[in-house]
Amino acid sequence: MEAGMVTPAPALVRFSGIQKTYDGEHLVVKNLDLDIRKGEFITLLGPSGSGKTTTLMMLAGFEVPTQGEIYLAGRPIKNMPPHKRDIGMVFQNYALFPHLTIAENIAFPLSVRKIGKADAQERVNAALRMIKMETMAHRRPGQLSGGQQQRVALARALVFNPQLVLMDEPLGALDKRLREQMQLEIKQLHETMGITVVYVTHDQSEALTMSDRIAVFNNGIVHQIDKPAALYEHPVNSFVAHFIGENNVLSGTVETVDKDYCRVALAGGGAVTARTVNVSGAGTSTSLSVRPERITIVPGGASSDGPNRLPATVQNTIYLGDHALAVLDVSGNAEFMVKLQPGAHDSLTHGADVFVTFRPEDCLALDPV
Amino acid sequence: MTDASLTGADARTEVPLKRRLRRAERARQVKALALVLPLLVFLLFTFAGPIAGMLWRAVDDREVRQVLPQTVAALADWDGKDLPNEDAFAALASDILAARAAGTIATAAKRLNYALNGFRTILTSTARNLKAAPERGAAKETLGKINAAWRERATWTTIKDAGGPLTGFYLLSALDLTRNVDGAIIAAPPDQAIYREVFTRTFVISLSVTVLCLMLGFPVAYLLATLPPARSNLLMIFVLLPFWTSLLVRTCAWIVLLQSKGVVNDSLLWLGIIDQPLRLIYNRFGVCVAMTHVLLPFMILPLYSSMKAISPAYMRAAASLGAPPLTAFLRIYLPQTLPGIGAGSLLVFILALGYYITPALVGGAADQMISYFIALYTTETANWGLASALGAVLLLATLLLALVYGKLVQGQQVTGGMKN
Ligand SMILES: Nc1ncnc2c1ncn2[C@@H]1O[C@H](COP(=O)(O)OP(=O)(O)OP(=O)(O)O)[C@@H](O)[C@H]1O
Ligand SMILES: [Mg+2]
Repeated sequence: MEAGMVTPAPALVRFSGIQKTYDGEHLVVKNLDLDIRKGEFITLLGPSGSGKTTTLMMLAGFEVPTQGEIYLAGRPIKNMPPHKRDIGMVFQNYALFPHLTIAENIAFPLSVRKIGKADAQERVNAALRMIKMETMAHRRPGQLSGGQQQRVALARALVFNPQLVLMDEPLGALDKRLREQMQLEIKQLHETMGITVVYVTHDQSEALTMSDRIAVFNNGIVHQIDKPAALYEHPVNSFVAHFIGENNVLSGTVETVDKDYCRVALAGGGAVTARTVNVSGAGTSTSLSVRPERITIVPGGASSDGPNRLPATVQNTIYLGDHALAVLDVSGNAEFMVKLQPGAHDSLTHGADVFVTFRPEDCLALDPV
Repeated sequence: MTDASLTGADARTEVPLKRRLRRAERARQVKALALVLPLLVFLLFTFAGPIAGMLWRAVDDREVRQVLPQTVAALADWDGKDLPNEDAFAALASDILAARAAGTIATAAKRLNYALNGFRTILTSTARNLKAAPERGAAKETLGKINAAWRERATWTTIKDAGGPLTGFYLLSALDLTRNVDGAIIAAPPDQAIYREVFTRTFVISLSVTVLCLMLGFPVAYLLATLPPARSNLLMIFVLLPFWTSLLVRTCAWIVLLQSKGVVNDSLLWLGIIDQPLRLIYNRFGVCVAMTHVLLPFMILPLYSSMKAISPAYMRAAASLGAPPLTAFLRIYLPQTLPGIGAGSLLVFILALGYYITPALVGGAADQMISYFIALYTTETANWGLASALGAVLLLATLLLALVYGKLVQGQQVTGGMKN
């Protein structure tokens, strides 16, 4: 009909005006609207208690939305019981059935679907190959390490080719090295199998490395849904800026607003030019956000002058192996971090007076915290 | 040279180290032993001792030997094919005279009467009529005249069998078996063969009670394990309430409820559902109801503890993998409660096997369990041998069951697989 209009691919999952309360007093999820596209790896990221698990449980069918409707492949699923939703799920504690062997655990979703013995056996073997655990098929979950159990839980959730796979902090119990390895494996599986994954974590680096898109939760509200790079580069408010990556905050008052940039007088003295992102207009207060790696330290005597040049006092330097951080006192913020190039920290002694500079486009004027 | 001195140094330090370790270990072991010693001694006297005593009494057989020592000695190499020789008769006559003087005839008579009905009369009449020791060579004739039973081979085999010091007589009786004149094991005469039936009845009642307990206890345990804590604690109090009242009171309460003019019958009559009182008590029904009531907590508690350990995540996982609720219950939940079902059933069954008071109070004559007979023989007729033999058979059956159970649960090791 409407020639020329591009109809976007319909969402596999659509949360529409979802609210959820457990006790009738507090909304754990407040007005959630979220589209999940087919084949996408989307992460729900947020601090503890922000409603991520609740959102996932509503999608899986273990909790009922207080208000709103969830659509799966275009159909409302409010009244569809969990076992009919065809959604694979990996639980935080794996929930492998302790009385069944690994092979039986993986075969379980196939056998409840009455898939033929031979076919099921083949698919279980393929799944075991995929997680490289063919030799442990006859062990019980209690005889596996945490990482191995995690793999089995993954295989079990994938073996019946669900249209959607949910993972609730599946790597939370693993140590750092194993976690990173598993992140890669999950990502690879996602790419080779083309499945849609909804992943929950409160670890921002995990979210950044794995996701196509990230939904940042706080207090039952989705603050921003975007690609990892966009979240980092263009946070829409202070919470997102602060939650994703390292971040320096300077508070001040907006003096003038020009189309894309504004001039901000800092509470601790001095003034800078910042990119206008989320300010209400001249005269209102704002929080400035600057990433540590976008800041340069110039020695006290240097004469270079720019729009954003603030006096600073060195507190100390922190050595982190591949790089180092300088902690400075800048305009009343005593924990102002600057990422240093290798070797650069030698000259910074405690109490030295220096200047910090950063480009206006690297300084974001956001809502006050 | 350095090697040598090194090993030398090692050897020097090693010896005291080992000794110190041993000393430390010994101190620990002594302390541990001291902690369990009181219980050990207590158990030895109250548990191991009585059981050993009971097992011993089941095979101990010395009454006849003590009262008729010469007879038993004379029969020692009798082949049992024909009547014993004159010497045995003479020994018996002399034994009877001695026993009459000592007043111990009754002891032997009682024991021999167990094996051969009427032996008491034979022995006491002989003792009464035997005026003096028969002349040499005339013992056989004299005794035969006093009581014709002495001319029967069975009379003598009975004495020989009862000669002790050990006997299988009581154990055989407990299994409705006996020995015939030729010493072969045969089935006991029908009027004495009651114990197999009693054992069967005991097992059937125990099994019914176990099944009833499981059927009634499973849903309650499930509720207990899944309700929010406040309500499950309240429910738990109701489950444990029976433990606060005495067994006797609870059993009598059932009599009040179930008798023909009891609450249940009155209500049913009043409602017009029946027009004659139902017989609810002094029969198998009453026994099963009262015993199920008494034993229910022993089923619920193990079930509850095994269900409490099952994370709700398993059922959610099963549902997310496509299992409808019933399938998830049967394939995921139920198998994980098996250890609890096993433990509870074994506990209830074994407790039920030994029940005495409840069937005695609310059961009819045909509902008495083996404990009733054990009690009867120990307190009424003082037939300790048979009572002990019945106890030993019951103990053996129970041990066998426990062993089978152990084998069953060993086969399938169900461990909590949730690793965090
Ligand atoms: N069954 C429940 N009954 C009542 N309140 C609940 C229940 N489950 C969660 N909540 C509350 O809802 C809020 C959100 O919980 P949710 O589990 O969704 O958080 P989350 O984002 O997954 O946190 P985490 O990262 O710690 O897992 C919390 O404040 C929590 O206390
Ligand atoms: Mg959670």
